[in-house]
Amino acid sequence: MAENVTPRVRVPKEAAAGEVITIKTLISHPMESGQRKDKEGNLIPRSIINRFTCTFNGETVIDVAMEPAISTNPYFEFQAKVPESGTFTFTWIDDDGSTYEDTKEIAVA
Amino acid sequence: MRQMLRTGAAWTALGLAGSAALAPAATAQEANLVINDEIEIVTRAPAPEHMEYMSEVVSGWEYRSPETQALQMDDFENPGMIGVDNARADFETAMGPDGQSCASCHDSPEALEGVRAVYPKWDEAKGEVQTLEMQVNECVTERAGAEPWDYTGDRMTEMVALISSVSRGMPVDVAIDGPAQETWEKGKEIYYTRYGQLELACANCHEDNYDNMIRADHLSQGQINGFPTYRLKNGALNAVHDRFKGCVRDTRAETFAPGSPEFVALELYVASRGNGLSVEGPSVRN
Amino acid sequence: MSFSRRQTLAIMAGSGLSVMLGGRMALATPTEELIANFTGGAEITGEGLTLTAPEIAENGNTVPVEVDAPGAESIILLATGNPNPDVGVFHFGPLAGAQMASTRIRLAGTQEVVAIAKMSDGSFARAAQEVKVTIGGCGG
Repeated sequence: MAENVTPRVRVPKEAAAGEVITIKTLISHPMESGQRKDKEGNLIPRSIINRFTCTFNGETVIDVAMEPAISTNPYFEFQAKVPESGTFTFTWIDDDGSTYEDTKEIAVA
Repeated sequence: MRQMLRTGAAWTALGLAGSAALAPAATAQEANLVINDEIEIVTRAPAPEHMEYMSEVVSGWEYRSPETQALQMDDFENPGMIGVDNARADFETAMGPDGQSCASCHDSPEALEGVRAVYPKWDEAKGEVQTLEMQVNECVTERAGAEPWDYTGDRMTEMVALISSVSRGMPVDVAIDGPAQETWEKGKEIYYTRYGQLELACANCHEDNYDNMIRADHLSQGQINGFPTYRLKNGALNAVHDRFKGCVRDTRAETFAPGSPEFVALELYVASRGNGLSVEGPSVRN
Repeated sequence: MSFSRRQTLAIMAGSGLSVMLGGRMALATPTEELIANFTGGAEITGEGLTLTAPEIAENGNTVPVEVDAPGAESIILLATGNPNPDVGVFHFGPLAGAQMASTRIRLAGTQEVVAIAKMSDGSFARAAQEVKVTIGGCGG
């Protein structure tokens, strides 16, 4: 498990039914590409988050397959349709098998 | 008539070519920095009285590309704020043998508003100029009874970033007179001394050549109002003394150590060159 | 018919060479291979994909890019000059409010960034932009 991996998510607290909202996500993770060398000249092995998903009440909003070319502290901005009140679930999957998760509630008036 | 025209056109062409050659390679963006739509940051100010060779001081923010500038305008977009969040948690965390944390004395990080703006400053009890890192370690060791933190380590840099963040928008205002004066003079001397195989002084780049390009880098005035800064280059928060160390190494000299009296003096002097600019840290730079 | 030693050697050299040449002509660049995998070899005919990236990236470590293709199922992003051109694939679900995504990527040097969108009707669209990546002077 990479150390100190903290997800941060920005989702509006409420929306009108059917409204399209902007979601921003950031997670602190070194995204070790596998291209860098250490002081002795040995390759530092790859260790990245390789997948990010966002679902709303169980349905997929976006699903991203990530490669080492995604920068340190991966950032995503995307849009979601909000048909009703519910919960956004954000999941990041690490090369080493760990999963990081965050959720956000949204209320539809 | 035809002859005059030919000459006229030639002179115009020459004039245009000449002015193009003389123009700076890039110009600092004149734009406004407002963070989170609420914190107004002063990125340009009249140079403080003590500066003889410059009339205006400009924050490093103005020398960056629009994409980099945008990253600092919102605390969510600013990756340096991840470090600030970590420090917020650390602020409440017990570190001493009796469970003391920063919060035991200081309530909340917001209670430290105004602190960043006046550091480095003279500490009467210690009889020396202290940087914010030195003050944090004084609290950590003497008031919380814990082991000192690594001067430029992640934990310290994140805490300094947190303390800076609650002062954003306030003008930098470090004292250069009174008991701090001797240290300030020493810092000034270092700033204007040529170091290393390349025989470069801070002033050679940051006073004589700011706004010019050095290879592909757009030179700034070397202000530190935005420190600690999140550098895109290493994807991490960087402390002032680490940057000083990098700069001195770039002259191919043996560098002073972070926390050394030389760097403390230099930090006081360089901070004073930004008096009037707003505290910006944690900023985002290249 | 029996060949002389000289003839046998010549035939072997000739066939060896043609195998090599034939093999070389069939090799695609890594980028082309990734695109072929994504499109299944289909022709890229459509428009409607917008790729937004800076003309000059201040630092190759963190380059903001955005892809936008209304009606797309998925978009693949490729950095053609990177050691591994694959950057990522964005799959849009039923609750995507728009088929767009922004992220920050690493570019190893000045290169063309390419995006291919797979539209819901099975067609493919392409967008590309050259991004100049600067390596700093002293601070860089």
